[in-house]
Amino acid sequence: MEKIPILKMGRFLLVTVQVDMHDQLALQLQDDLTARIVAARARGVLIDISSLEVVDSFIGRMISNIAAMAKVLDAETVVVGIQPAVAITLVELGLSLEGVRTALDVDRGMTLLHERLADEQR
Amino acid sequence: MPTAGQTLRKILAQQQKDLLADWVQAQLGATTRRADLMKESELREQSREFLSLMQAAAIDSGSLTQIDGSHWSAARDFLARVSRSRAQQGFSPSETATFVLSLKQPLFTRLRGEFGQDAQGLADEVWLTTELIDRLGLFTAEIYLKSREEIIQRQQREMMELSTPVVQLWDNILALPLIGTLDSERTQVVMESLLQKIVETGASISIIDITGVPTVDTLVAQHLLKTVAAARLMGADCIISGIRPQIAQTIVHLGVNLSEVTTKASLADAFAVALKRTQAKLPQQLGNT
Repeated sequence: MEKIPILKMGRFLLVTVQVDMHDQLALQLQDDLTARIVAARARGVLIDISSLEVVDSFIGRMISNIAAMAKVLDAETVVVGIQPAVAITLVELGLSLEGVRTALDVDRGMTLLHERLADEQR
Repeated sequence: MPTAGQTLRKILAQQQKDLLADWVQAQLGATTRRADLMKESELREQSREFLSLMQAAAIDSGSLTQIDGSHWSAARDFLARVSRSRAQQGFSPSETATFVLSLKQPLFTRLRGEFGQDAQGLADEVWLTTELIDRLGLFTAEIYLKSREEIIQRQQREMMELSTPVVQLWDNILALPLIGTLDSERTQVVMESLLQKIVETGASISIIDITGVPTVDTLVAQHLLKTVAAARLMGADCIISGIRPQIAQTIVHLGVNLSEVTTKASLADAFAVALKRTQAKLPQQLGNT
């Protein structure tokens, strides 16, 4: 069964969604990611969905949920690489991912996470 | 006893010159004539061409009233061209349709001459002629409307494109000056071009300036908030600027919640905030360092 890889980068976890997300895959990701956050004591999660071209309300809600779960485990979630069409769809579905931080690309997302970590350590 | 349409064909074939002269005369004298839009020579030329096409069609075609047949295609194309050009020149629909309809009188006069005392034959032939001319007239009016609609659609499209420029003000700062009312279709276009530009430039702040938006009702506000939300998903913060006093009042009266969005009274203020947030370097600072 295919799985979305979760990579560890220092104190952050990097999730790159390279395939079309179907519901089962999203649920699997939810399980894996929460487990990894606890195991790795991660402080931030970066989800790159730049190759995702279609979203539905379920996937939108999953992203929201994953971010909320990560928050409970004290890890900031940044979703990066949302395509224009995906952004419009999410807004039209009424899912503006409140509480999730967003950035244009992985680079900026990483900067956001680093800034936050620096803020906390100060 | 001649068959139906025979006399009409005969008149069209034999008396074309006189018919043309009478017809042009009738058009020149008509109240619907637009001397300011069309010269007499042009009108004469159009009339002559149409009459000869009509004659050719009437003689070839078995039926005089089936103008959608292939025999009438040349005459139809010509009428469509005339109608279209008149629509663009600013003729009114009745002025355009009169071009064809005014042919009735000269034709009827001639039919009367041909038939003399034969009232039955005259009535039949006049009916046939009326039907033909009416159909041609209706066709003209239809094309007129169609080309007017095309013009309107084109203008709408152009306006849509014109009214949604996304400009880059600074590194990482975009501005979107909105002019005119925001309906859902325009919001869609605005949203798409803004998001596309965010991808292209990698901007982290976009300023939506609504100085040119005449009124903000709940629907417009909702559209604005949607745009802001979509931009946020792309990692760009939005600032709404150019909120005029009346609009601020309306927004509060309508109970629209803009508290999630940074709002500024003028584009200058918004720009200042944006520069600060992106920690951009101004030209003189660039020179110093």
